[in-house]
Amino acid sequence: MSKKIDENTVAHLAELARITLSDKERKEFAKQLSSILEFFSQISELDTENVKPTYHVVELKNVFREDESREGLSQEAALRNAPQKEKGYFKSPKIVED
Amino acid sequence: MAADDGMQVIIGLEVHIQLNKLRTKLWCSCTSAYHGKEPNTVLCPVCLALPGTLPVLNKRAVEFAILLGLALKGDVQKETFFYRKNYYYPDMCKNFQISQYDKAGGVPICVGGELAFRAGKEARTVHFMRVHMEEDPGRLAYDGSITTSPVAYVDYNRHGMALLEAVTEPELRSPEEARAFLKKLRAIVEHLGIADLGLEGSMRCDANISYKGHARVEVKNISSMKEVEKALMFEMMRQKQKIKGGGEIVQETRHWDEVRRVTVSLRTKETEKDYRYFPEPDLVPVAIDKKMLDAARKAMPELPDARIQRIVKQYQIPEYDASVLCDSKAMADFYEATVKIFDDPKDVSNWLMGDVSRRLNEDLVEIEETKLTPKALAQMLRLIKDGTITGKIAKGLVKGMLSGAMPADLVKEHAVKRIDDAALLGNLAREVIVENPKVVAEVKEGKNPRTFEFLVGQVMKKTKGQADPELTREILKELL
Repeated sequence: MSKKIDENTVAHLAELARITLSDKERKEFAKQLSSILEFFSQISELDTENVKPTYHVVELKNVFREDESREGLSQEAALRNAPQKEKGYFKSPKIVED
Repeated sequence: MAADDGMQVIIGLEVHIQLNKLRTKLWCSCTSAYHGKEPNTVLCPVCLALPGTLPVLNKRAVEFAILLGLALKGDVQKETFFYRKNYYYPDMCKNFQISQYDKAGGVPICVGGELAFRAGKEARTVHFMRVHMEEDPGRLAYDGSITTSPVAYVDYNRHGMALLEAVTEPELRSPEEARAFLKKLRAIVEHLGIADLGLEGSMRCDANISYKGHARVEVKNISSMKEVEKALMFEMMRQKQKIKGGGEIVQETRHWDEVRRVTVSLRTKETEKDYRYFPEPDLVPVAIDKKMLDAARKAMPELPDARIQRIVKQYQIPEYDASVLCDSKAMADFYEATVKIFDDPKDVSNWLMGDVSRRLNEDLVEIEETKLTPKALAQMLRLIKDGTITGKIAKGLVKGMLSGAMPADLVKEHAVKRIDDAALLGNLAREVIVENPKVVAEVKEGKNPRTFEFLVGQVMKKTKGQADPELTREILKELL
């Protein structure tokens, strides 16, 4: 069940999270993540055939809100923490390469 | 519809319906009326995913989802969950979208379902894999086209609007079919009253397109029904050319660039498992009991198919007419309102499907976007019936009526009345006979009745369409 996490997998995960890792970190995290998975794989030794999956640890259902509107934030407040903004927009780097 | 070169395209659609008839967004109490507002003015800490904020589900959004599920004959689930779809893109503040999933233990609110529609003369049924709930991302704006803009501008007003995503099986076989399918789906959504689809971005699509035996390409960012056909046609052509040139189709996600009218590769290597779906810990499960289902069934309005049958029976018009009218709820409403005050149902449908629709198509607008009223149309039909104007004159009034003018005023203003002055028409008829000796000779041979109608048309032309056609025919016959 448990699969060793190699450095390539760590590199892929880092890319998905948009973070840069050094070679040393990749090696280190590969080892750590593998041992975490190893630890969790103990769970699969249990027979869970007749156990219903848990989707939520709280035994609550149907927590709803009525469809009634309330005032939100001003544009100034919304953009206050933005590192880059222009004409009321958040500014982001371009997404599609040519 | 198989292509003539034997290559069969297979299309599946993911249709996003924005529940803008809700008063608020999906997770927070921000108003849903963000259209036309300044960027980043319709949002709150929940929309911006500020630390410590939590989503709370809009009850009415669940009710709307149940309505659509039932209308599409799907299986509304007894218990449904929200899942996190993780991806990194500026249109999402949280770096994940709260959605639903049908794998890894996930249960979307509605499974299965089908939609019967007419594509040309063919009756078709397309099946759904599921209908699920999710939140709308923010809107990205560009300097010009998405591919050439140096930056993306982000507006989070749309962020957190409630969406229903209806996912079809890959059963559509042409862009025309896709359009017909969407038209029917639109009519159903409008009748349910869960979304105003006239609003920008209220019905968006992703399309999966492939040719049999080749890889599948997903095209994202198709912003409206009108764009779907164009995007599909472009992508089909691109794939076809590649296959014919001996190339291989790469399984990938492409983006429909509306400005340049091409699909462009997003160059993402992300696969489904990279979304790392897992149950959303901030939202508890939703249990849909019999009481909620019964309430939805009770609230279910008349849907297009039932309405078509009722209109056929009630007004004795052909089924074809009724189904064309019911393509749009606004059109069907307009029809019924007009028939109520002008009691010739066939006449009303002829005009709505004929000259009114033609003008709407030319101007690329829907009837509800114009100022035409049932009262104005009824008045025009009455003016024709009592002989004040000819049908030809009436055709010329439609444009003005779409801008809000009453036909009686237009007639007065432009003095466009039916001409039934026999002396005047006689003079004009004589002119026409002198001017068209060849045609007159043919008419006298009596072989082709259309030659006679040509002469009638010439008199019409001289009177700018105002001549009484019957009287003109009589006069011409007499003179010949």
